[in-house]
Amino acid sequence: MTAPAVRAEGLSVAFAGPEGEVRALERIDLDVADGEFVCLLGPSGCGKSTLLNAVAGFVRPTAGRVLAGDREVQGPGPDRAMVFQEYALFPWMTVAENVAFGLEAKGLARPEIRRTVSEWLEKLHLGGFGDRFPKDLSGGMRQRVAIARVLAIAPPILLMDEPFGALDALTRRNLQDELLRVWSGSGRTVLFVTHGIEESVYLADRVVVMTHRPGAVKEVVPVALPRPRDPSAQDFNALKRRLSELVMEEQARHELDELGVAGRGAA
Amino acid sequence: MARPGRLLWSLVVPVAVVAGWEVACRAGIFSPLVLPSPLQVLRRWGAYASPLSPFDPSRESYLAWLASGELWQDALGSLYRVSVGFAIGAALAIPLGLVMGASGLAHAVLNPFLQVLRPIPPIAFIPLAILWFGLGNPPAIFLIALGAFFPVLVNTVAGVRNVDAIYLRAARNLGASDLTVFLRVILPAATPYILAGVRIGIGIAFIVVIVAEMTAVNRGLGYRILEAREYFWSDKIIAGMVTIGLLGLAIDWLVGRLNARLLRWHRGVEG
Repeated sequence: MTAPAVRAEGLSVAFAGPEGEVRALERIDLDVADGEFVCLLGPSGCGKSTLLNAVAGFVRPTAGRVLAGDREVQGPGPDRAMVFQEYALFPWMTVAENVAFGLEAKGLARPEIRRTVSEWLEKLHLGGFGDRFPKDLSGGMRQRVAIARVLAIAPPILLMDEPFGALDALTRRNLQDELLRVWSGSGRTVLFVTHGIEESVYLADRVVVMTHRPGAVKEVVPVALPRPRDPSAQDFNALKRRLSELVMEEQARHELDELGVAGRGAA
Repeated sequence: MARPGRLLWSLVVPVAVVAGWEVACRAGIFSPLVLPSPLQVLRRWGAYASPLSPFDPSRESYLAWLASGELWQDALGSLYRVSVGFAIGAALAIPLGLVMGASGLAHAVLNPFLQVLRPIPPIAFIPLAILWFGLGNPPAIFLIALGAFFPVLVNTVAGVRNVDAIYLRAARNLGASDLTVFLRVILPAATPYILAGVRIGIGIAFIVVIVAEMTAVNRGLGYRILEAREYFWSDKIIAGMVTIGLLGLAIDWLVGRLNARLLRWHRGVEG
């Protein structure tokens, strides 16, 4: 077996919070294979976004380390490109300029940039929107631009932080299919954060269920269903039920914790 | 663009005020010396704007002759002082603000000093400005630059400091260098703030130029309305004031157009 694309070794992250130290992640060990699609699933406050940010290099580990390929992550870089839930498109740039941004940072030649940009706009059905500003686009369209912007720089690792969380159900399914289409056969590794149980079963090769704070790996559930997957199929729903049980246990702990905090606040 | 109906509505109050004023003057409620009628002001305005000498093609072009009236010379002079003074103030404030916004150290070093200077109105610098620069354009330009400097600086610093962290993350994530992040992310993200500062700065420059002309320059609209007071020419005082108002309006309109052009990507800006 080849080296994993992403590896977390004893990864812990703690923040200074208003009520003292918050342990967001505690001793996470995780391997993501090259070309694998892995979903990080859990209730809010389970540290799944923190884990993604640690891989992206936005947050530093308090202990342990993250490896991307054979190199330790020291900071953000275009080999681990991120798609944000809030799109994070540059509003002062047109759609085409947004997609070109990473290519320019790479120092590519003008004609090649232009070609790559139009290629990715076509692939995400954004042809003809290159001159628009993000404010003129719907949420779904904006997220397509964000995905095109990231895929244009051909990152071996794609990080996605609840990218479809703010979209309506139909647009979400549509973009999930688009994502699978551009991902399949690309050999890219995807690390996808979600709190959607169905979304994780629909997309992932493996689902990593995380525990409520401090975030740790609760269970790793392989999804051995052929694509395209049918969300109404029996085995699909069996997996959903299984994951739902795991997540609800953590959700209950999350809610107890919130009540505890509120109780302390009132006392 | 305002629809014609809107434009009509916006004229109701000014027309009513001027009409009421005219009626009150004709009824003899005010002495013409205290409050001349709008028509009298208009007539005086015409005289103020007219060339002083008859047209002589051998001496000057027609356009230069048209603009040789006192009003045009005063207005152009005031506009010149505002432009140069504002340009100097903004040219110092924007780079300094960018550095102070981006670097915590620069902010810590410079901010206390600037915060002490900031509350001093530029007008309070008039005696020193005259001592340092004598009379004429230099002290006026100094005062205007000073007046425009602070609003532009404060807004530029705020603009850089308020850049949404997600844009910085996205840019770094896409492999942008520090310079690229600064030029293509921080600078455009701060532009709405900087332009708001520019608008305020120009407004202040306009106030300062009038005050400066009343004390340190013997030309310009500010000087002219003070001079008119010496002769009890209240119609000319009002003509000068209206000119200042219209000039200010025109400049603000231009800055508004510039805003809309530079910020056409921005939500809430009408193209």
